[in-house]
Amino acid sequence: MSKFAKKKDGDIPAVSTASLPDIVFMLLFFFMTVTTMKDSSLLVENTLPNASEVKKLEKKDRVIYIYVGKPTKEYQGVYGTEPKIQLNDKFANVDEVGSYILAERAKKPQELQNVLTTALKVDKDANMGLISDIKQELRKVNALKVNYTTYEGDAFNNLQ
Amino acid sequence: MPRRKGAPEVNAGSMADIAFLLLIFFLVTTTIETDAGLDRMLPPFEPPTEEPPVIKQKNIFTVSINRNGQLLVEEKLMELTDLRKAATAFLENGGDGTCTYCKGKKDPNSSDNPVKAIISLKNDRETKYSTYITVQNELVGAYNDLRNREAQARYGRDFTDMESEYLNPETPTAVRDDLKEKVKKIQDLFPQKLSEAETSGNN
Repeated sequence: MSKFAKKKDGDIPAVSTASLPDIVFMLLFFFMTVTTMKDSSLLVENTLPNASEVKKLEKKDRVIYIYVGKPTKEYQGVYGTEPKIQLNDKFANVDEVGSYILAERAKKPQELQNVLTTALKVDKDANMGLISDIKQELRKVNALKVNYTTYEGDAFNNLQ
Repeated sequence: MPRRKGAPEVNAGSMADIAFLLLIFFLVTTTIETDAGLDRMLPPFEPPTEEPPVIKQKNIFTVSINRNGQLLVEEKLMELTDLRKAATAFLENGGDGTCTYCKGKKDPNSSDNPVKAIISLKNDRETKYSTYITVQNELVGAYNDLRNREAQARYGRDFTDMESEYLNPETPTAVRDDLKEKVKKIQDLFPQKLSEAETSGNN
């Protein structure tokens, strides 16, 4: 047996898969860092209106969400068809908005507490009366920065 | 007696499978989309006893929306499609002649200058949210049109474009400091004064 045996011709060497775990781990870390878990399921109908002059909501950790809309089909039997407010995972009344904002604010790190934005995700068929009440509550707890979350599009599509 | 050989090597062949499993899990749960919307500041909550400042009627552009989504602008009925033009004309009217960059008609019965001009938005409790957003969008659009025009004249670039780059956290600090000044300057030329009165009950 010679030490330097010649390889047989025509024998294709197998592709090394040794670096495959590294590649996959790289992808894994990418997705792990960009992932944000959905934290609340919607209990209300939430078709947002369109607007063209929108600004992006950067930095999700500085945003508190309030959902408003008609309860979805499965909850209409209990809660009726009038638009309701959803805070986290449950329905709420207008007077609970203030304490919710304060509670959420207290959960955030100290340095973010003054730069929080309240994102109002309101169904397009909701009435302004409820929104005004919410705005009034927000003013009381000094949460003045609001963002009316919309889809990007032509605003005149709302009127149809 | 068996010979000690050191720790046996762990087979890492299934590592890729495990990693793939995790990868697929995160792929499925990922949502990268960012929300967008209209940014507004609410007025601070004041005790009702405080005297409101006196503002000349001609410096206020009143927009009311009734429950059917009809617009009353400066006491006249108006279509939503005309609102942006009317608001722009009001803002850059420049009645007292101090506003050098305005291209308005200098009507003495309309606003003095963009710094004094206030748009007051009033809505009914029964107004639909989508109508309200459309009106807000048009009013913000009027401001953005004027600011864009001024930014184009001064810096050769749209204001909205500069602002979004300034607000983007990925923009380098040096660029951002430069933009901050320009954005501030344009914002001071056309300050956004959009007052939202409390909704009226039934009228």
